Amino acid sequence: MDYQGIIAKYKDVPGGIIEAYHAVQKELSYLPEEVIVEAAKIFNMPVAEAYGVATFYSYLSVEPRGKNIIRICESAPCHIAGAAEVIAALERELGIIMGETTSDGKFTLEYTECVGQCQSTPVITINGKPYAGVSPAQIAAILAEYR
Amino acid sequence: MAEELRIVLRNYGKIDPLNIDSYIALGGYKALEKARGMDQKGLIEEIKQSGLRGRGGAGFNCGQKWQFAYMAPAEQKYVVCNADEGEPGTYKDRLIMQNDPQSLIEGMAICGYAIGANQGYIYCRGEYPYVVEVLNQAIAQAKDKGVLGDFDIEVRMGAGAYVCGEETALIESIEGKRGEPRFKPPFPPAQGLWQKPTIVNNVETFANIPVIVDKGAEWFAAIGAPAYPGTKVFTLTGDINNKTFFEVPTNTTIREIIYKLGGGIPGDRKFKAVQIGGTSGAFIPEAQLDTPVAFDAMAAIGATLGSGAVFVLDDSRDIVDVVTRIAGFFEHESCGKCAPCREGTMRTAALMEKIEAGEGANDDIALLEKLGRVMSYSCLCGLGQAAPTPVLSTIKHFKADYNAKLL
Repeated sequence: MDYQGIIAKYKDVPGGIIEAYHAVQKELSYLPEEVIVEAAKIFNMPVAEAYGVATFYSYLSVEPRGKNIIRICESAPCHIAGAAEVIAALERELGIIMGETTSDGKFTLEYTECVGQCQSTPVITINGKPYAGVSPAQIAAILAEYR
Repeated sequence: MAEELRIVLRNYGKIDPLNIDSYIALGGYKALEKARGMDQKGLIEEIKQSGLRGRGGAGFNCGQKWQFAYMAPAEQKYVVCNADEGEPGTYKDRLIMQNDPQSLIEGMAICGYAIGANQGYIYCRGEYPYVVEVLNQAIAQAKDKGVLGDFDIEVRMGAGAYVCGEETALIESIEGKRGEPRFKPPFPPAQGLWQKPTIVNNVETFANIPVIVDKGAEWFAAIGAPAYPGTKVFTLTGDINNKTFFEVPTNTTIREIIYKLGGGIPGDRKFKAVQIGGTSGAFIPEAQLDTPVAFDAMAAIGATLGSGAVFVLDDSRDIVDVVTRIAGFFEHESCGKCAPCREGTMRTAALMEKIEAGEGANDDIALLEKLGRVMSYSCLCGLGQAAPTPVLSTIKHFKADYNAKLL
């Protein structure tokens, strides 16, 4: 992947490193070391600082992740609406536990805090797309869209 | 009372958010035109006189803030919209941005004219990539129409950090850094984004601006509670029949929101507690439900209006379980810059987990109270200062829930 080309597009954007990271992650799902080194060069900062930015934000990852990132909200409104049962269903369906990636590299399970779709709880997102008011019974059908 | 009054959501469902013409057809951008016909001081005075206070949680007089930035001498100034809506149970800013993005853009442009800024930023949370798309389209349409004049707006997307809702952390993040709050003063209206005078206002605050300019300060000041006039958008979650949103005048009471608009508690359950303002808000017992939601009335009972989240728990809920989860939230979201918050949120979460596991004693409750007090006055920013509130307010009002789990 031409990560140099993607990062270079943000060269003249003041403070654009986070936007550049988002753009790379859209293609790669995570930020490999070479991306961080390149971003440090382009945005003229020490590599440690570029790494510091990459590791500060929950939605940026320096560890490899699956193609589809499933996030489960664990904030209080989703917590009392049965998020734990949805988590159990996802873990069972994918054969992995929270924080892991399936061996085929297709899915990663992550916790998230509130994603602002609280009109119907619990909520999960897949690649940022929200699914509100999900029940364990719906999980297989939702995942089928991404298999 | 207890009637909906839509001011910030005035165009909800009435316009096509992706078509600026439908906004203009309902009078959109007339306020900006009117504002640009006023002198800057007069415009700021009008906003001040309206009594509009920030809808992000701090409740500072909006016009007063603008005046600080107007008076700060600088070649370059900035207008920043805080769209990092991160308080759990809150989605009011998303509603505004998805359904009426031009109201926000017009409000920001009016602010830009008032303080002398030609560049704006909307910092939208990373959880809302689909809102970023709506905003970018809306901005492009506004530029094409020429309604913004020389005012430009850029959207920046956050990346999942609750602390970036704190205005100086948000500014750091726009600058491409770790979102850690700055020491204050200097405050952003004096030295903000790239050290230039900067106004940071919430989405809901900006959405009020065009209406105030259009209808006048007197009209706005007469709505709701005199010390915190206007309306507030509330989002209802938890054990409530109508899990939806309402916009009401600020003199509406908590009871009216829960029972009249919210339709009460589902099934034959009884009310136990409500947490208002988001996850950093206080838990409020039955006895205080007749409190008006206005900023100062809430402060008087040790609670906050905050973001307008209304999280209701019925009598089947275990307060200690819920607060343990909330303590975990703050441990995760603490940025780590200051020790009282970094260590305090971690110790609070550990103590809550201990009590939740049935291994706590009275000494642990005393420790939580002491730690909470220290954090509330020694943490660097609002996150750490407010983090103990759910713990302290539930120990105060729902001690029986804790006692039931102690050794």
